[in-house]
Parts: sequence; C-alpha cells; structure tokens
Amino acid sequence: MAEFFASSFWTGFLWPLIIMVAESLLLLVVLLIAIAYILLADRKIWAAVQIRRGPNVVGPFGLLQSFADLLKFVLKEPVIPSGSNKGVFLLAPLVSCILALAAWAVIPFDLGWVISDINVGILYIFAISSLSIYGIIMAGWSSNSKYPFLAALRSAAQMVSYEVSIGFVIITVLLCVGSLNLSAVVEAQNTRGLAHLIGLPQLTILNWYVWPLFPMFVVFYVSALAETNRPPFDLVEAESELVAGFMTEYGSTPYLLFMLGEYVAITTMCALASILFLGGWLPPVNLPPFTWIPGIVWFALKVFFMFFMFAMAKAIVPRYRYDQLMRLGWKVFLPLSLAMVVIVAGVLQFAGIAPK
Amino acid sequence: MILPALFFYLFAAVCVASAVMVIVSRNPVHSVLFLILAFVNAAGLFILMGAEFLGMMLIVVYVGAVAVLFLFVIMMLDVDFVELREGFIQYLPIGIVIGGIFLFELLLVVGAWVINPQVTKTITAAIPTNVSNTEALGLVLYTKYIHYFQLAGMVLLVAMIGAIVLTLRHKANVKRQNINVQNARTPEMAMAMRKVASGQGLQDADAAEWVK
Repeated sequence: MAEFFASSFWTGFLWPLIIMVAESLLLLVVLLIAIAYILLADRKIWAAVQIRRGPNVVGPFGLLQSFADLLKFVLKEPVIPSGSNKGVFLLAPLVSCILALAAWAVIPFDLGWVISDINVGILYIFAISSLSIYGIIMAGWSSNSKYPFLAALRSAAQMVSYEVSIGFVIITVLLCVGSLNLSAVVEAQNTRGLAHLIGLPQLTILNWYVWPLFPMFVVFYVSALAETNRPPFDLVEAESELVAGFMTEYGSTPYLLFMLGEYVAITTMCALASILFLGGWLPPVNLPPFTWIPGIVWFALKVFFMFFMFAMAKAIVPRYRYDQLMRLGWKVFLPLSLAMVVIVAGVLQFAGIAPK
Repeated sequence: MILPALFFYLFAAVCVASAVMVIVSRNPVHSVLFLILAFVNAAGLFILMGAEFLGMMLIVVYVGAVAVLFLFVIMMLDVDFVELREGFIQYLPIGIVIGGIFLFELLLVVGAWVINPQVTKTITAAIPTNVSNTEALGLVLYTKYIHYFQLAGMVLLVAMIGAIVLTLRHKANVKRQNINVQNARTPEMAMAMRKVASGQGLQDADAAEWVK
C-alpha cells in the first residue's frame, strides 16, 4: 500500500485529480447555498422597494424560503409537451445551468483561491457567457410553441448585441492590466494605478479601475443586465407579451435549472464586475483594520454590492421596449466603448504608463 | 501523460462523431447543434495543443456569434424533408467529385508525411515558451502581419456595408421614435394653460387653438 502512495500514478495523477474534484465540489456547494440566499435577498429587496414584506413564512425571516421552493420544484411532475423535440427540450435547461456553473472555475476568490488559474481566464468567462445563449435558443425552438420561439429569437439578437459592448469594456480593462489572467487583473489594481500616481500607495481604493474607467463601469453594468436577461432588459420573458418567454412550456426541475442558471450567471457577472473594476479581494485601504479582514470577505461584499445594484435596477426601472434596447446597444454603447478603447490605449501609450 | 492522451481521444472522437451526425441527422436544427458540438470539441483540441487563445476565440466568434445566427436562420426556414430527399440523387455526382478531391488532397498530405516524417516540422515554428500564447500572437499579428490584418478588417467592413445596403429600407408609413425630439419637448410646447370662466366652459376660439 505504501508503495502505491509513493508511485507516480498516485502523486502525479490520482491525488491531483482527487484534490481537483474536492475543490470543485466545495465550490459548487458554497456557490449553490450562496445562490439560495441571493435569490431570497433579491425577493426581499424587491419587496422592500414596494413596501411589502416579501417571503417571511418559511423559517425565521423567511430564511428557508429558497429551500422550500427547491423541494416544491423537485417534487412536481415534469410535463413534456407531446409536440416538442424531447431530446433538445430536456437538454436546454441542463446546458444553461451547467454552463453558468462552469464559469466559476476561473473566478479567483482570494490570492491563489482559484480552481483553475488559466492564462486566458477572462476569455474563458467571455466564451462561456456567449455560449449560455444556446440554452435559451434550444428551449425556445424545441418547445414547438409560438411564445417560446419568439422569445428565442429576441434573446439571440439581444445577447449577441450586448456581448459586443461587454467585449470592448473588457478590452479597455485589459489594456490597463496587460494580462488576460483574472488574478493578474486584481494584482494590477494592488500594485499600480491612481493611488500610486498621486503618491498614496496605501489608498488601494483609488487604484481600482472603477475610477479611471467609470464610464466603462456603467456600460459594463448595463450590458451585464442585458446579457443576463435581467429587468429592465428581460424582454426574453416579458410576461405581458410572451407569457413566460422561452420557459412557457417548462415546469418542475427543468424550470428550476433555468432559474438557477439565470441567477448563477447574474452572480458571475457581479463577480466579474468586482474583479475588473472593484479590485476583487483587495481591501479598500491597505492598512491594519482593513487588512485583518480576509480577502474572501471583501470579495463577497463587493459581489453582493453589485448584486444589490442589479436587484435595485429590477425594482425601480420599467422594462425597455425592444427597439430602444437595440438602439442602446448598437447606437450608444458600441460607439462609446469603441471610442474608449482608442482613448484608453492612446492615453496609456502617450503618458508612458502602459504595462510593458 | 495519461490525462492529455485521454482528453485528446475524448475530444477527437466526439468531434468526428458529431461531424458525421451533422450529415446524417434528418433534422437540420439537430445538424447545426451537432456542428456546434464539433466546434466546441475542436476548441478543446486547440487548447490541448497549447493554443489556448485560438481555442477561446473559436468559441467566442464561431460558436457564440456565427453559429447563433446560423441556427437562427435554420430555425426560421420552412424545410420540406421530401424535397430534400429528391435533390439527393440530383446532387450526388457533384458531391462525389468534391469528396474525391478532398480525399485526394488528404492522401497527398498523409503520403508526404509517411514518406518523410520530418516534413511537418519544416512548416511550423516552435511555440516560444517564455511568452504567453496571447502575447506571442500579438507580437507578430500587429508587426509582421499588420497589412494582412488590416486587409482582413477591410474585407469584413465591405461585407458589413454590403449586408446593410441589402437590407436597409426606410418605409414611409412606419412611425419611428426620435428620442432627441422627445427629450427636447418642454411643457410649454405640449400644454396650454387657460383660465376658464365658471359656468361657461371653453370658448370656441380657445378650443381652436387648443386643437392646433
């Protein structure tokens, strides 16, 4: 037995595999529990804006509401329409949920707290989020019903449009960082930036890209709302026009998977925003009372702050009309972000502060 | 070395199988979905070869944008399956010719490789190990190959203009929203305040101005 543990098969292959699986499982469990409470928080914030109580019956303050919902969905009978394309119909929710979860493999929670620290981390997230459109298209087509199909067509145009501006926003940040690695993006906000330029290197909050690239932060926030089909851009499931959009024919666990995938994708966007613009796991000031708090707490706080903004947008902003949505994407955000890429690149080059 | 080989065979097998399914499956939408599966597996193969940037770009550009629009069009088409079967015999000769040409070219490549196994090394430069994949690409793309890069951009621009020219029509009877005009509207432009004497209501003269 001791021989086996010393062999290269164990040290070089099996043990890293076990570690990897354990890390992934831990991440998934923590993430899913966090999502359960983020969902509850979304409903509570929404209720508070409308001066309601929100879910408050299951458990103290309604804290167990999400788990009760989970049980309800899982115990219901899944109905598959007879005219649907069954294979694709059941594959669609799986695709949207698994892709949303897969994006978390490269998100760094703290220095070195990342499952896969790949060189092209940000491209990976971008690729995964551009794939998530297939869940919606497949659901819309395979349901063989009018409203889901219309929703699928809308979503295809909407998500492709807003990916363009998200891509350009990411490029402006990458120009400042000089690397596609997400840990390097955060580290760059620790070691250089506005605070270092004005000679106060302890004040890391000024280093965060949210200040020099503030217009891009706003563009990213709005595009992230549109990319994840959150209100005010939830035209994919506009209930007044399309019943429930691509989810009309779904119920039970498949519906739960869609809902889960949607919230995981929203949280991914919040995490991406806090890494790109809010300094990830960095404390706002690099001095004792703040540095005593572990990085993961700062990261979670920033992600939750972003999510709070998402929830407030859902509560206060009325839904966009479809042509307004397209106008905003193509005629406002695209030229703005394109111009910012040129301006940021020019300023970095001519001020001599470009990363080598 | 077990793991890369395992993943290579996984990606390669799924890629070939889904490529076969693109041709074999009866439903065109299923064909496109299998094509997307083939793309994703090809991206996996790229990453295994150390070309992670190309792999990610394949997913972002082809799977995330091009294939979405492709699927979009295929879903909207009203495909008649009987008609598809009829065309099969008609297009068989040209299909055989194209297949034959591809087979011949493949045999040429494989033949050269069998005769001289070193031949593959002469056409590829070694990937530099001290710079990352993205950086290595950027270093040659924007210096040595800048003219080809710009040319490719011009081709895409022309294609984009062509598509817009083909589809852009301004119909006269369609009402459009002009947001600047709406935002520039003031209360004075939209409302008129009138003092109405009690028991008399609006006079005709007032009403005429009001309607205008």
